[in-house]
Amino acid sequence: MKSFNKLSGVVAPLPQVNIDTDAIIPKQFLKTIERTGLGKHLFHEKRYDKENNLNSNFILNKAPWDGAKIIVAGDNFGCGSSREHAPWALLDFGISCIISTSFADIFYNNCFKNGILPIVLEEKNIHEINELALEGIEISINLEDQQIIAQNKIYKFEIDPYRKHCLLNGLDDIGITLETEDKINLYEDKLNNKKWHVPDKI
Amino acid sequence: MKKTLFDKIWEQHVVDERQDGSSLIYIDRHLVHEVTSPQAFEGLRNNKRPLRRPDLTLAVADHNVPTENRIEGIKDDIARIQVETLEKNIKEFQVPYIPLMDSRQGIVHVIGPEQGFTLPGCTLVCGDSHTSTHGAFGALAFGIGTSEVEHVFATQTLVQKRPKTMLIKVDGKLSVGVTAKDIALGIIRNLGTSGGTGYVLEYAGEAISNLSIEGRMTLCNMSIEAGARAGLVAPDNKTFKYIENRPMAPKGDLFEKSLEDWKQLPSDNGAHYDKEIKIDADSLEPHLTWGTSPEDVLPINSEVPDPNKLEKESLKNAMQDSLDYMGLIPGRPLTDIKIDKVFIGSCTNSRIEDLREAAVIAKGRKVNDSVHAMVVPGSGLIKEQAEKEGIADILIEAGFDWREPGCSMCLGMNPDQLKPKERCASTSNRNFRGRQGRDGRTHLVSPGMAAAAAIAGHFVDVRNFNLK
Repeated sequence: MKSFNKLSGVVAPLPQVNIDTDAIIPKQFLKTIERTGLGKHLFHEKRYDKENNLNSNFILNKAPWDGAKIIVAGDNFGCGSSREHAPWALLDFGISCIISTSFADIFYNNCFKNGILPIVLEEKNIHEINELALEGIEISINLEDQQIIAQNKIYKFEIDPYRKHCLLNGLDDIGITLETEDKINLYEDKLNNKKWHVPDKI
Repeated sequence: MKKTLFDKIWEQHVVDERQDGSSLIYIDRHLVHEVTSPQAFEGLRNNKRPLRRPDLTLAVADHNVPTENRIEGIKDDIARIQVETLEKNIKEFQVPYIPLMDSRQGIVHVIGPEQGFTLPGCTLVCGDSHTSTHGAFGALAFGIGTSEVEHVFATQTLVQKRPKTMLIKVDGKLSVGVTAKDIALGIIRNLGTSGGTGYVLEYAGEAISNLSIEGRMTLCNMSIEAGARAGLVAPDNKTFKYIENRPMAPKGDLFEKSLEDWKQLPSDNGAHYDKEIKIDADSLEPHLTWGTSPEDVLPINSEVPDPNKLEKESLKNAMQDSLDYMGLIPGRPLTDIKIDKVFIGSCTNSRIEDLREAAVIAKGRKVNDSVHAMVVPGSGLIKEQAEKEGIADILIEAGFDWREPGCSMCLGMNPDQLKPKERCASTSNRNFRGRQGRDGRTHLVSPGMAAAAAIAGHFVDVRNFNLK
């Protein structure tokens, strides 16, 4: 996984609430067996018309937001399906930070597995960042210090220390878990007494 | 210390507590399907890691599969490659698999319980948000992303923060024609789509005890639509009876011994929940979604809501936007809404009880000429049972299109999709924009309500259909 430390860029404002993963990456693109190449399909139904032409009114199709690295969004971003294709598509487009008042659980988890930083802020602060985003003003994110620097203002944000550590160092979750494999072995030894531990064969 | 059902399952599965407050949780059961697994298998290969416990894993293809002329195979090349990739992966990693042409094939959340893979007190995960379905058995079951699928493949564990608990007490009795789907929609109307975020829901109360296992699955399935990754119902005699003699479940003496464990699972009297809400079953009516989020839901005898009655400008605009997408006019009765399609199926409502509920309505009646109505059973075994019970004949006689099992038009990854502006009465779980097909209009309802709409050509109160 790519590490995340500092990031500066334009913010795309998507103030709608409940932006779901079906909207972020529609079903027809879930048939891939790869993780890459989904960026061109990000928000497909908003970005393209029925003839597959770019919809020039959609924010991600307009300069400077077509080069946005950050999204500021309404409540409950990423609700719906567990598809990790949603963070893959965001990342492939160039987005590696999303700021919202709240995120859906599975999407929130999926972000951290892919080097994307989801930041939760209060509505008032979201509103202020949204205003800057509309003007195309760049903001900076500093994960180490847990700060967003937007013009002259600094917004502090909270993040789980373990997740911060993994993001900063680009750590592979599985590798970390396997370092404590002896504990899994020990747990499984005890499990052998459990009556229903292993299902019968189908 | 008094414990909830959730507390008991969680505590039995902690492998390691980390300093930062997260826990390494053991996973007893892992369901796998073709869409969210290829990159996880690839990850194992790239890192030369084995799949730790194939014996605790079960795979099936369901999202991409055709629901007609299956014998001809999957015509969409990319979809076919994804299913073939699953078949290649399960061979390489020795994962038990139910093949596409096997009568036991079906939607992953239908076959888990059906095969006895899902058990009370177990932790169960799958790369699919509707894994919450399995909570109906008192299993801690939740959806995960592909990276977590790979983590389970490699370690049979997951790193999790302990969620909060919410008790949803549904007391009273449901009226005839009001179902588990209406409880689910009623709860989402109350909580909103993010009200359950960070919680595990436990459903309890008279109306929940009275639900069949199928009904409990419908209810737990929709937990994710309220933002909760998992929903739970305490196991009882109905649960045990359902599990007994299922192919993958413990048998004989082992079953009896397992029962002793399972009977300890229900929450202790007076156990603490972080939040409690109450829903009155007596006053629940059949529900129907009108908008583009499951929280946009009302009882059938309501009118299309009016955005001008909302105060906040942003909410007003959002509602108007939804109504424009849905092609609805504020103030009109919901029963005036005409439909083009009916979809009875999905991991929410494709089990035998759901098909029986539709057949009761359809018996001796005809699907309206203006409507195409399809029924997609949740598994091949359900399809066979419905054919044996005569349900299939009733539905076919009434003009329903009787299909092969799969996820089908719930998300339209296969050819079963809505055309632009087509309006569908759907027993699935999500009415998101474009979910069932670009610019398609989805209204979520129970199987009875869907069947009634198929016959009337527009939404109707299913209770007007001479139900017993």
